Amino acid sequence: MAENSRQDFIKSLPRIYGLYTGGFIVFIFLMAILEQLGVGAATIGILFVAFTVVIYAVIGWLSRTMQVDAYYVAGREVPPVFNGMATAADWMSGASFVALAGGIYFGGHGYLAFVVGWTGGYVLVNSLLAPYLRKFGCYTVPDFIGTRYGGNLARFIATVILVVASFTYVTAQINASGTIASRALLIPFEYGVWFGLLGILLCSMLGGMRAVTWTQVAQYIVLIIAYLVPVIWMSNVQGFGIIPHFSYGDAVSRIAELEASLGVGAAAGGDAPFGGVRVLTTLHNDPGTGMASWKFVTLALCMMAGTASLPHILMRYFTTPSVRAARKSVSWSLLFIFLLYFTAPALATLTKLQVLDPNLATGIIGKSIDEVMALDWIQNWEQVKFLAINDFNGDGLLQINEFFMRPDIVVLATPEIAGLPYVISGLVAAGGMAAAMSTADGLLLAIANALSHDLYYKIVDPKADTRTRLIVARILLIVIGALAAVVASFRLTGILGAVAWAFDFAASGLFFPLVLGVWWKRANRQGAIAGMILGFAAGSAYLYMVRFVGMDPWLGIDHLRFAIIGMPVSLIAMVVVSLATEAPDEETQKMVDAVRDPSGRTILGQEH
Amino acid sequence: MSEPTLKMAEHWQKTRNLTIAVLVIWAIFAFVVHWFAKGLNVSSFLGFPLGYYFAVQGSLVIFVLLIFGQNLMQDKIDADAGISES
Repeated sequence: MAENSRQDFIKSLPRIYGLYTGGFIVFIFLMAILEQLGVGAATIGILFVAFTVVIYAVIGWLSRTMQVDAYYVAGREVPPVFNGMATAADWMSGASFVALAGGIYFGGHGYLAFVVGWTGGYVLVNSLLAPYLRKFGCYTVPDFIGTRYGGNLARFIATVILVVASFTYVTAQINASGTIASRALLIPFEYGVWFGLLGILLCSMLGGMRAVTWTQVAQYIVLIIAYLVPVIWMSNVQGFGIIPHFSYGDAVSRIAELEASLGVGAAAGGDAPFGGVRVLTTLHNDPGTGMASWKFVTLALCMMAGTASLPHILMRYFTTPSVRAARKSVSWSLLFIFLLYFTAPALATLTKLQVLDPNLATGIIGKSIDEVMALDWIQNWEQVKFLAINDFNGDGLLQINEFFMRPDIVVLATPEIAGLPYVISGLVAAGGMAAAMSTADGLLLAIANALSHDLYYKIVDPKADTRTRLIVARILLIVIGALAAVVASFRLTGILGAVAWAFDFAASGLFFPLVLGVWWKRANRQGAIAGMILGFAAGSAYLYMVRFVGMDPWLGIDHLRFAIIGMPVSLIAMVVVSLATEAPDEETQKMVDAVRDPSGRTILGQEH
Repeated sequence: MSEPTLKMAEHWQKTRNLTIAVLVIWAIFAFVVHWFAKGLNVSSFLGFPLGYYFAVQGSLVIFVLLIFGQNLMQDKIDADAGISES
């Protein structure tokens, strides 16, 4: 009976989410009508954020469960396409949504290494890890390390690395959800952080992975609509083509001409009036050679290896019904992620052209300062210190090096720059909130599950009953969420610094122990322990020296790419120590053979 | 757990070869084309400078196709070995 109703539920998923998407579109039109009736922008922003967060919380409540496999791996019943959407939402953080296009706007070609790295990493996930970990049947990533290599020490170290990497990342997400909540709901940032956390916990606490899965699918739908609609609408209003992605090549060439005539590359005319804003100094498409190429590929490599070692992503592939479904769902994940990542450069390019080109109505560079200061969007964003204008040379005209702005503005202000209605700005806020919440959910759950399953159940109290385990898991979720919110409210690092670090931590400590666990039978416990400890320690020590002691980076390997130090150390330590010690026993070798065979039962039982 | 039979050894051999081929293509579009982006920018594709095009779309499209393609071929390898799932 219960089995039947689950089957019916899975079959009706396309209808449920179809209705949901339709409902969301109707809601957008309703807001547009309210705007026409004279309802203010602030009210529309509040309605957008509040309405979507309430929907996620309802889904979270409907998915509540007291079963172990539902809590940890969503009952292993998530169809590939839906798991693809959930992974895409899990993956695309507040930083991807809000900061990526702005990063490209300011960082030029060098920043595109993030775009390449954060998509190419899925090739590694698909070829090296996801299907094999699914066959293994683990609940968490340390569960794999602990069983493949044996022993509580390996499990414990993997848990520590997981917690460090994910916690670094989750504070950035809670920070982002707090920023958006505070701006949309007009409350102070400190309250915004706690509001964001409350929404996140409502989605995950009662139903664990099952609840997070079905809210993440809902969040993906909101975030992708919220990203694509403004870009496509802007492109049509401004005459850049119906689908801008294929036709902005001309805009790239036009920007190159403008950069020469406007003098992009000159330093700012004077000091910025407040922190966070900067002038545009990097050329849009100037790849460079030698060191610039090296920096591009090292950053891309760190982000790719990090993608393949971050536990909140890998654990999404534990939720599919079969090994084949796990592989299929990696391909869907990347397709859904691709939709946003190939839009971000188009957005960055077209917004830049609108601001720079004096022939367009939206252009501001070269216009008189008085005229620019009278624009609505300039006034709105100057008030909240997102941009600044200062006529350093006193000629009454705005030069490129007199215009300061924060990178975030590229996504947030595009609707206003292009003259779109307010309803679009509300939609963008809801999208950013969905992106930040869904990633924070996945990360918090990865941390809490590793602590409750691997540390508490497998190491501290193996006799704990199901009820106790699930209660411990939920208490940990709240405690870790609260800790992350406290850390986030200190605002220690910029969003991007923390996000890149999470990838480097995971790649330094976990990448080779995970990959070699499947691909090298000879890898043993001692080797894995050495690889995890030394790789993680070397990467962290290097980060500390470069970032906090002031050491000069070796070969341009700065704090964003410290996995370039950690990963080779991890690999060498693991290979040398494995070969210097005894080969793993016959049982372990057979286990590896079984992992490579997609058919048959999982290695670990359905409930373990 | 199944015994590592001859058939399984062959299956793993094919799986490994496919994986290596996929990783070679991946490395070309993840690293090589971006290393030479400046040189590639002399040519253009769909109105974009070629090196720039790879970084904003080309490599991404190839990654997507690569994963879908790999999975189709892996399905065939599994079916040939008689161990495909339902």
